[in-house]
Amino acid sequence: MLIGLDVGGTHTDVVLIGPDGPFREVKVITDTSNLFKSVLSALEKITEGIDTLQIKRAVLSTTLTTNAIVTDQIEPVGMIVVGGPGIDPEAYRICPYFYCVAGAIDHRGREIDGLDEVEVMDAAARMKADGIRHIGVVAKFSTRNPSHEIRIEKILAEYGFEKIFMGHRTSGNLNFPRRISTTFLNAAVYSVHKNFFNAVKQSLAEKGLNIPIHILKADGGTMSFSSSIDFPGQTILSGPAASVMGAISSAPAEGDVIVLDIGGTTTDIAVLINQSPVLEPLGISIGKYKTLIRSLKTYSLGVGGDSVVQIKDGELVIGPYRKGPAMAYGGSSPTPTDALFVLEHIDDGDAEAARKGIQLIADQLGLRVEYAAERIFEKTCNMILEGAAHLVRDINSKPVYTVHELLEGYTVVPARILVLGGPAKYFVSHLKKISGYSVETVPRWGVANAIGAGLARTTCEVNLFVDTEKGVVLAPEENYTKAIRGAYSYADAEETAFELVRKKAAKNGAESENLQIEIIESLSFNMVRGFRTTGKNIRIRAQVKPGLIEGYKAL
Amino acid sequence: MLKAHYKTGLVFFPAFDWAIDPTHPEREERLLYTQDQVFEEGLLDIEDIIEYKPDIASEMDIKRVHFCVPDVFSVTTKSHFISAGGAVTMGRALMEKEIDRGFALVRPPGHHSMRVVHGNRGFCNINNEAILVEYLRRHYPVKKVAIVDTDCHHGDGTQDIYWHDPDTLFISIHQDGRTLYPGTGFTDELGGANAFGTTLNIPLPPLTSDEGYLYTIDHVVLPILEEFKPDIIINSAGQDNHFTDPLTNMNFSAQGYADLTRRLKPDIAVLEGGYSIEGALPYVNTGIILALAGLDYKGVVEPGYDAARMAQSADVTRAIKGIGDVVLSNWKNRRDMQEKIRGNREFIERRRNIMYDTDMIYEMQKDEIRICDDCAGALKIDSSADTGHHILGVQIPVHACPKCVEQGYEWFDKASTGPYDRAFLQDRPKDEYLEKILKQR
Ligand SMILES: [Zn+2]
Ligand SMILES: [Zn+2]
Repeated sequence: MLIGLDVGGTHTDVVLIGPDGPFREVKVITDTSNLFKSVLSALEKITEGIDTLQIKRAVLSTTLTTNAIVTDQIEPVGMIVVGGPGIDPEAYRICPYFYCVAGAIDHRGREIDGLDEVEVMDAAARMKADGIRHIGVVAKFSTRNPSHEIRIEKILAEYGFEKIFMGHRTSGNLNFPRRISTTFLNAAVYSVHKNFFNAVKQSLAEKGLNIPIHILKADGGTMSFSSSIDFPGQTILSGPAASVMGAISSAPAEGDVIVLDIGGTTTDIAVLINQSPVLEPLGISIGKYKTLIRSLKTYSLGVGGDSVVQIKDGELVIGPYRKGPAMAYGGSSPTPTDALFVLEHIDDGDAEAARKGIQLIADQLGLRVEYAAERIFEKTCNMILEGAAHLVRDINSKPVYTVHELLEGYTVVPARILVLGGPAKYFVSHLKKISGYSVETVPRWGVANAIGAGLARTTCEVNLFVDTEKGVVLAPEENYTKAIRGAYSYADAEETAFELVRKKAAKNGAESENLQIEIIESLSFNMVRGFRTTGKNIRIRAQVKPGLIEGYKAL
Repeated sequence: MLKAHYKTGLVFFPAFDWAIDPTHPEREERLLYTQDQVFEEGLLDIEDIIEYKPDIASEMDIKRVHFCVPDVFSVTTKSHFISAGGAVTMGRALMEKEIDRGFALVRPPGHHSMRVVHGNRGFCNINNEAILVEYLRRHYPVKKVAIVDTDCHHGDGTQDIYWHDPDTLFISIHQDGRTLYPGTGFTDELGGANAFGTTLNIPLPPLTSDEGYLYTIDHVVLPILEEFKPDIIINSAGQDNHFTDPLTNMNFSAQGYADLTRRLKPDIAVLEGGYSIEGALPYVNTGIILALAGLDYKGVVEPGYDAARMAQSADVTRAIKGIGDVVLSNWKNRRDMQEKIRGNREFIERRRNIMYDTDMIYEMQKDEIRICDDCAGALKIDSSADTGHHILGVQIPVHACPKCVEQGYEWFDKASTGPYDRAFLQDRPKDEYLEKILKQR
């Protein structure tokens, strides 16, 4: 048995899944001021009367770290940054305790300027004196040669800081400013993440529930709680991922599908290709932070069931805000949900209040109330479809760097929409009519997010870099460096990359039979100096593909 | 967070799967370290630096500029269509006001490609800048264009294409042709009799450093641009003046390139040569992108740069001043000089031999321009190569007068009685491109 739990803004959903599918589901109201209570009570309720030894794992998707960042309730963090030729790293000052120290590594990982250790010690002493406990260390091109970051960590260790995060361990991708914000966020949410899940584990243990806890990541994969302690940033924005993973089992094995999660305030849009979610090329953006945190590509549109409907300069405007529930549920301003009440004769709320609200809009438009409701609903659907088209365009316009990819690259052409979220079922026929696509709701759409979390596969990514002229193989995130002796081919590199992914996935809590490892980027260059081939430069990016684990039915 | 002062478009197309041949300077690896630097700097995340996927140029876009022998597809690869298309992408984004400036960081290069193309010369098959300019003239109200070629080699292809066009000011700054391929680009190469003085060459002595180069920009190029008043400025942004370039002998630096870009303020820059793929290109391109965006580039200093060692000698400084004076005086006297060349002739002929170094093709060319005060003049080109092709190419210019249109068609119609296996006609006013196969080979 598996547990999937997803903390949402209003409800916390939790399901218990057996080999034949989910057989118990519980919803508790999310207490945003006390997520711990919500999570614990949901877990207690779902395990009532169950032999918990049969539970293999519980996957939790929470808004904990996301909220901490969005509301700026993060701890003070110190940053030590090593620049080198290029933009002055001061431009990336992310926090008050931000120290740029001298030193430089170039694009091939050669040291071109030694690290100024005195500057590092000065910064360390000042941060220590001011009570900073968590430090991020980032050097430009540390993914080509992490020696400066490692040296700084050694120096800092003598000052007894509680936790040090190094940039090259957070991502193998190139992007110095993003590496700075990623490392910063990891350090900033470290305590809140660790304390929360330690408390969850302990409380469960006290109740005799020894369930292995896993965390859902923004890329739609899971990792064990113990490995998440070193990468707490990966849990940021896992919410949209839970829903998308919940839709996968309803998608066809082949073809492009749009997933719409229609909520109260927003609609989150994602794309599946052959049951695999499309990922962000680099990483999530949250607030002012652009990161290297692996993530599904989602587009969040300020249109949902509770969006404010109003007339501005004679024009019908929907969203982007929510002022409260629909008038049918006691709210004070009309919403698309109220329009649905008028159109669909729904009877589980106050239909009269809804009609009154839409009448206000109808009067301003000079229309009959039914026509006004239709206009509102059609506009809502159109905005959502435009949002989907925007996302598809964005995915298809992703730059590529080879002739082959430019001419033969994959183009997303969706013909199918899957809808989940509260008002999902009312949208199906309208979306179908307007788009001409096949449109369906995801079965059990109310808890599909929790099912998605529960069944998500453990994922990870590895970036391997080979420079045979320098004689080095490097996978900085994995702390893997090897000197090359003798011949080294592309096949050797691929084998190493696969091996590293397998190891990393196992460490993150994967069951080996579920792994689907694939190469997502590969480049191999002959290095030529003076008309002579002097080496090979190979870059491989490999991953466990996000998807659902085997052996359990989703429906 | 950084924000560009000028909205800057960037087409980055390193063509990682294309090479002239495996160990050629124009190979897959050329922009690898540039990509590393651009990505690591996070340049594409800067607000208002916008990355574009390149368009693919059409056959028509190429025919608008070139006479390709025997046809477009025989002398190009897919990569050429993308490289030219990338330049066009930037032009279109500029004209649609999506960006203030654009940089097509693309390969293969194009500035050695002339109007007639029998094959590859100087690593180039088709001329990306000319394809861009003529695309803009066709689709947008662009008339006067300045192309400033800052590649270390003379931009002989672009010079050839605009030799007879008074609406295109072509200025090439390069290492003296007596010391470097292609061996042309002297101050007395000034354009044809309808466009005399709108071709200008500034050959600089070897070992010219930032100082001499920027002197030339400030004292020669900028005043001439000021007077010409182009609708847009294109920069053929070759990067082989760098002190580490393996093919040339200049002492230019990344700071120099960024300074040059800041002063020149090109609307669109198009990458040309530059073969110091580790020591120069990553830094020069970063500098150019930052300078285009109006951002601080002071920190872009390549490893191994030593200003004192790069300082130019007094001899070099003196020579550069002298060359600048000659160019300025030619520019000032261009109308008188044009009158002298014209005399009272109706047509002027020119004969040349052209070498295609990469493909080892030898071409003999004769062109004839109709002297005209009302337009750029009808142009006839007779070209034969040791590939066995002998073609006639006729161009009727964009704003052709009725007489030049008539002359163009007359030449084209008569081609069947000549020695040619193919005849081409560029009817620019109608944007029509005709071809006749006269003999099967
Ligand atoms: Zn060149
Ligand atoms: Zn004329």
